[in-house]
Amino acid sequence: MKKTILALAASAAVLIPASALAQDKTKACFIYVGPIGDFGWSYQHDQGRLDVEKEFGDKVETAYLESVPEGADAERAIERFARSGCDIIFTTSFGYMDATNKIAARFPDVKFEHATGYKREHANVSTYNSKFHEGRYVQGVIAGSLSEAGVAGYIASFPIPEVVMGINAFVLGAQTVNPDFKVKVVWANTWFDPGKEADAAKALIDQGVDIITQHTDSTAPIQVAAERGIKAFGQASDMIAFGPETQLTSIIDDWGPYYIERVRAVMDGTWEQVDIWEGMHEGHVVMAPYTNMPDDVKTLAEETEAKIKSLEFNPFTGPVNKQDGSAWLADGEVAEDGVLLGLNFYVEGVDDQLPQ
Amino acid sequence: MFEAILITIATAATPLLIAAMGELVVERSGVLNLGVEGMMIMGAVTGFGVALTTGSPWLGIAAAIVVGALFALLFGFLTLTLVTNQVATGLALTLLGLGLSGMIGEAFIGLPGVKLGTLYIPYLTELPYVGRLLFGQDPVFYMSIMLTAGVAYFLFYTKAGLTLRSVGDNHASAHALGIRVIAIRYLAVMFGGACSGLAGAYLALVYVPQWVEGMSAGRGWIALALVVFASWRPWRVLAGAYLFGAVSIGQLHAQALGWPIPSQLLSALPYLATIVVLVLISRNRRLTMVNTPASLGRPFVPDR
Amino acid sequence: MRIELVKRPQQSALFSALSPFIAFGLTVVAGAILFALLGKDPVTTLYYYFIDPLTETWSLHELAIKAAPLILIAVGLSVCFMSNNWNIGAEGQFIMGAIAGSVLPVVFPEFQFWFVLPLMLLMGMAGGAAYAAIPALLKVKFNTNEILTSLMLVYVAQLFLDWLVRGPWRNPAGFNFPETRNFHQYAILPEILPSVGRAHYGFVFALVAALVLWFVMSRTIKGFEVKVLGQSPRAGRFAGFSAGRMVLFAFAVSGALAGLAGISEVTGAIGQLRPSISPGYGFTAIIVAFLGRLNPLGIVAAGLVLALTYLGGEAAQISVGLSDKVVRAFQGMILFFVLACDTLIHYRIRLVRPAAGAGEARRV
Repeated sequence: MKKTILALAASAAVLIPASALAQDKTKACFIYVGPIGDFGWSYQHDQGRLDVEKEFGDKVETAYLESVPEGADAERAIERFARSGCDIIFTTSFGYMDATNKIAARFPDVKFEHATGYKREHANVSTYNSKFHEGRYVQGVIAGSLSEAGVAGYIASFPIPEVVMGINAFVLGAQTVNPDFKVKVVWANTWFDPGKEADAAKALIDQGVDIITQHTDSTAPIQVAAERGIKAFGQASDMIAFGPETQLTSIIDDWGPYYIERVRAVMDGTWEQVDIWEGMHEGHVVMAPYTNMPDDVKTLAEETEAKIKSLEFNPFTGPVNKQDGSAWLADGEVAEDGVLLGLNFYVEGVDDQLPQ
Repeated sequence: MFEAILITIATAATPLLIAAMGELVVERSGVLNLGVEGMMIMGAVTGFGVALTTGSPWLGIAAAIVVGALFALLFGFLTLTLVTNQVATGLALTLLGLGLSGMIGEAFIGLPGVKLGTLYIPYLTELPYVGRLLFGQDPVFYMSIMLTAGVAYFLFYTKAGLTLRSVGDNHASAHALGIRVIAIRYLAVMFGGACSGLAGAYLALVYVPQWVEGMSAGRGWIALALVVFASWRPWRVLAGAYLFGAVSIGQLHAQALGWPIPSQLLSALPYLATIVVLVLISRNRRLTMVNTPASLGRPFVPDR
Repeated sequence: MRIELVKRPQQSALFSALSPFIAFGLTVVAGAILFALLGKDPVTTLYYYFIDPLTETWSLHELAIKAAPLILIAVGLSVCFMSNNWNIGAEGQFIMGAIAGSVLPVVFPEFQFWFVLPLMLLMGMAGGAAYAAIPALLKVKFNTNEILTSLMLVYVAQLFLDWLVRGPWRNPAGFNFPETRNFHQYAILPEILPSVGRAHYGFVFALVAALVLWFVMSRTIKGFEVKVLGQSPRAGRFAGFSAGRMVLFAFAVSGALAGLAGISEVTGAIGQLRPSISPGYGFTAIIVAFLGRLNPLGIVAAGLVLALTYLGGEAAQISVGLSDKVVRAFQGMILFFVLACDTLIHYRIRLVRPAAGAGEARRV
């Protein structure tokens, strides 16, 4: 009799926690620096969150806060999430770096994932980034093939390494087709201001560029370009709706695969600190369908993309010179990740000065 | 190329001009409405939404004008009937406008909008150098010029305009003369709201045909500054709007040309230029005093 | 029938006390209606908005952190607005104060002594005051409208900060990202009760400033001077007060406090300079100043209430799914109601029937 009771109790003891565990949802929380309606950076991160929900269904619960300014507000928002039972928190802007690390110190059981940062001061902080410049290289190849004027207009946001990398990769790609290709840069000093971006696009077009590309988040430049019949590249999401006959392609930030992977790791208990910087190969950088270009250019673009995707080719492979003509990468030499992540100089062909 | 640049400048200056012109009339009647930004963005979201749902940009513009005027009516009720502090009420209006428009606009995010077409006159628009600039722009541009002329004529050449100015200069005396101060101010405020709404619609239907939260991007404040800058004279508002637009566009061109000046300094130029020119203008105290509505911002309560 | 206002012979003491509560009550009702229209349960949403942020200690600390710069700046602005000087550029003075105060840890990082922080705070105040002196001087010397100049200078200050942190003051060990080096320990504003929350001394400064200015404005000749010159410059002249000096004084005080808020925020909450150090405190403070009816003590309450709406908005965003855009609309509504209710303090409302019913007027 005693044995039966013990056996029953033991199985109950096993079953009840197991069922409780099955009920226990993993909570994934996201902090965005802009509105999810920006159709750009924050929008794509939110798409990643939705992918997580789709993948895991009932086993996961997500929450998000949008338009959280960097600074004191960010720290509070992260802490709020940490206190409200989040198992993993994704902070999706560089400016959240110190706040993320500070809060991570106080909540060692919560996992923190910081996008585009470099500080991992505690074991529960990971950093992640995407090799967007790979997409820029492919864009450059297309631009070089299509542009008759040999000059492209680049609407840039802020002179940070990621943006500089993008400009350089673009130029390098274009120069494989047209060695004299040039790029004119206008700094909008904002990530998102459609009016300003539209004006910048107009200024560039008025100065004779015939391809527009951008590292800002709104759809304004592609709209302006469409009006003037100028081909353009979208940014962060597929902007074909805004330029049906002029968008060539767009770099799509696809955070879904990474987010699903990390949430799964939390569920399995296999989460570990990482510092990843992945691109096409892992599916984090995706190109929107190639449209509005002749077939031979499309083939060239697809081939270039395939080479980068299979890790056969790195956009930053020498011979490459710096803007002033001095040598940077020797023939066949590949740039180191560390140098790229802190990049603050241009390669030849960029018509602009960087603040030093 | 120059023509294209001038057109870009005109596009940049037009919303500023329209909103400032409306506010000019408001301030000439003695009321200070700092809610231009709120009214403008409500006009933008209304204009965009209506144009998108009906397919007609003109309906969008009409709706924006109405909404702007209604929003201003709210301001008018508080400041004219309940005699609340005008500065604070204007700020509250801006806040409310920014918040409400964001809420309403959530449905319109990420959708390409309807764009207002440009004018085309068979021979004139084709003229080299000036054809498109003078005869090939969108209708609202022409409206802005006519608005300027209309307001100038109204204020300085009609009796009604004189009445309005007298209300702004000395509402007590005007009241003693039997002029209906509050009624005139209500009309002026609603006119100002209508103009701000139109300016907002311009942003969402011509400038960048889409809806983005906060897309007025501070233009309402610039418009307010322009009214002061222009010493409350209509044609000077036009000059100020175009000066501001020219410097703003010019700095982008300077960057595209590769001039080695820090982009932040270039971006700051429009604001610095405005201050410098304002200092130069205000030194003429007489001119300033003659044109400043003396009752600006002061509460008016008619005593029996 | 129309609404008519009859000025009360003196301010109604009853309504002075009641008005904020009436306003708050109206806001709650309007808010409930708004939430219901948006499809959210009004009671729960209101709970998350106003009660939830007050239920935990860490949240109370966050309230203090958010309210501190608002109160500090608004208190200074109240002096300006009372004297009829419209300082719309507090945001720019905030930034310049932060920059001025940060010179020591950024340019001389090896200079580490206990008195670095007090020095930074003083420099912050001086920087803010100096920047505010520009529109003040332009007004006094050239009769230039201060609304425009102070506003334009905000953009200039923002761009200047952007240039500094991207260029000369960029962190050499920061992978070329736009930020200065992290401040050393002697340049960090300490927390008041570190074990319970992260509220820093900025809140204490805010309270002290409010008390000091309340005292000055209500009990000293200077305060009297401010109010007289604000309401009637002519009367002030007869009394021997100088309008020009008042402009400089008001702007200097408000600039200094804004600068103090700036350096406190940077040393307390952020720990370095970045391109963006303020989510619009200088402008929100204008609202706080009016919500507090330009009275320093009222401003303390108003600052806390406004901070509450920010925190509540976040809580509601997560728990109820309320969009963050509602927060601003809500704040606008609060301000509207407060302003409208304030009318009752100065005026009595009469509903007057048209001339036919002469003499039949109902009083409220």
